[in-house]
Amino acid sequence: MAYLTCTNLSVGYGSHPVATNINFSLSAGEMICVVGENGTGKSTLVKTLLGLQAPLAGTIELSDGIGRGELGYLPQQGGNKRDFPASAWEVALSGRLPRLGHRPFFSKADKQATDDALERVGALDLKNRPFDELSGGQRQRVLLARALCAEAKLIVLDEPTTGLDPTAAHTLYALLEELRGGGIAVIAVSHDVSEALWHSTHVLALGHTPPLFTTVNHYRAHVKGVHS
Amino acid sequence: MNVFQTLAEYLSYPFVIYALIVGVLVALCSSLLGTTLVMKRLSFIGDGLSHVAFGAYAVASVASITQDMLIIIPVTVLAAVLLLRRGQDAKVRGDAAITMMAVTALAGGYLIMNVFGSRSNVSGDVCSTLFGSTSILTLTGNDVLLSAVMSVVVVGGFILLYNRVFAVTFDESYARACGMPTARYNLVIAIMIALVVVVGMSLVGALLLSALVVFPALSAMRVCHTFRAVTITSAAIGVGCALLGMLISILASTPVGSTIVLLDAICFVIFSFIGKED
Repeated sequence: MAYLTCTNLSVGYGSHPVATNINFSLSAGEMICVVGENGTGKSTLVKTLLGLQAPLAGTIELSDGIGRGELGYLPQQGGNKRDFPASAWEVALSGRLPRLGHRPFFSKADKQATDDALERVGALDLKNRPFDELSGGQRQRVLLARALCAEAKLIVLDEPTTGLDPTAAHTLYALLEELRGGGIAVIAVSHDVSEALWHSTHVLALGHTPPLFTTVNHYRAHVKGVHS
Repeated sequence: MNVFQTLAEYLSYPFVIYALIVGVLVALCSSLLGTTLVMKRLSFIGDGLSHVAFGAYAVASVASITQDMLIIIPVTVLAAVLLLRRGQDAKVRGDAAITMMAVTALAGGYLIMNVFGSRSNVSGDVCSTLFGSTSILTLTGNDVLLSAVMSVVVVGGFILLYNRVFAVTFDESYARACGMPTARYNLVIAIMIALVVVVGMSLVGALLLSALVVFPALSAMRVCHTFRAVTITSAAIGVGCALLGMLISILASTPVGSTIVLLDAICFVIFSFIGKED
C-alpha cells in the first residue's frame, strides 16, 4: 500500500504551472530521487507536497493513516537559521509539536522520544551544543532527528547534500537507507544525482514531458539509450 | 545611608510602588517577546506600533475620552495585525510599510494635538508621550490594574505557547508543513506585541519603547545559546534594568525612560564583552 500517491499533479505559482502531469507513488522503504534542471519545478513540487502551497491540478493522497504531522521535512541548508539561539536538543524537540495536541508543554515521553531520535541519527552527544555552531552534516542529522521525533513515515529532503563534504553526504545517505529499512519512505530532491541515484529505488525526472517516473535501473538504461 | 533613607521614604508612597510594579511588568513582557521579534527580523515593529499608539493617543486626548485605552488598544492591535499580514504577501516591503504607517501616525497625531488640542501645554503633552515622563508617578490604582491584567495575558500566553512560539520563530515553513496553524500563532504574537506597546508607552514613551523589546534579547543572545536560556536571561535583564533605572531616576531626578534605556544599552555593551571572552 502506497504512503503517497500523486495523480495528474500540476504544480506552480498562481496560474503559472511549472510542472504538469506528475504521476508517482511511494511505498514503505522506497526512496524517490527527484531530478531535473533548475526551473523544472523541483522546489515547487516539494512545497506542494508539504502543503505550503496548493496544487494547481490533480491530487496528492496520503494513505495508511498518515497525517500531516507524520510528514518530516529537511529544508535546504542555510536560510535564516544563522545565529539562532537554540540547542540541538531544542531543535529536535520541536519535531514533537504535531503530537502536542492542545497540551501546552512536552511530557516525559516526548523528551524520551527526542533522545531516541537523536540517538538513531548518532547525534545524542550533540544535544547540548548550540545548533548554529554545528557543522553542516551534524545539522542535517539533528534536523533528521526532528523529523523522526514526529514519528514521520515519510521524509521529504530538499537538496540534502548541498554544502556537505562527501563523507558527511555519504553518512546521511547511509542513515537514510537504515531508516528505510525501518519502513520510512523518502523523497529527495537533488542535483547531486550520481550519489543520490545510487541510494534511491525510483526516479522522478521533471525535465521530461510528461515527467518520467520509473525505477532507478530503468532510468539508468534510459539515460544510456539517450546518450549513445 | 542617606540614599537608603531617601529611597525608603519614597517607597513608602503608594504611587511610587505602583510605578515600580507597572515598570517591572512592562519590562518583563517586552523582554520576553524580544527574542522572537529579533529572530523574526521584526525588531522595528515595536517602534512602528508605538508611533501608531501615539497617534491613537492624540485622537483620544483631543476627543477628551477619559478611558483613552479603549481607543489606543484596538487601534494598536489592528495595526499590529495588518503589519504582520503584510509581511507575508508583501508588495511593499515589510520595513517600508512599517515606516510609512509609523510616520503617518506620528505626523497625524502631532497635527491633531496642535490644532484641536484644548490643553494649554501641548508640547509638554507631546514630549511626555514620546519620551515617557513623570506621568508614571501619577498612575492610579486602575492604571496599575489594567497593566497588570495585560501583563498577565502576555506573560501567561507566552508561557503556554512557549513551544509553539519557538517552532514558529525557528522554522516557520516546517511548522506549517507539520500542519500547525502558523498564521494563528503569528496573529497571537502580533496582539501580544501591541499590548506590550500600549502598556509600555506610559513608562518609557513611544520613541524609546523598542529599546525595551530589543536590548534585553540582544544582550542575552551574546552569552546564551539556547532559546530557553536566552528567554530567561532576557527577562531578567529587562526587569533588572527597569527596576534599577526607575530607582536611579527617583533618586537622581533623571527622566525615567531615558535612564532605563541607557542602562539597557550599557548592559548590552557589558554582555558583548563577556560573550567575546568565551
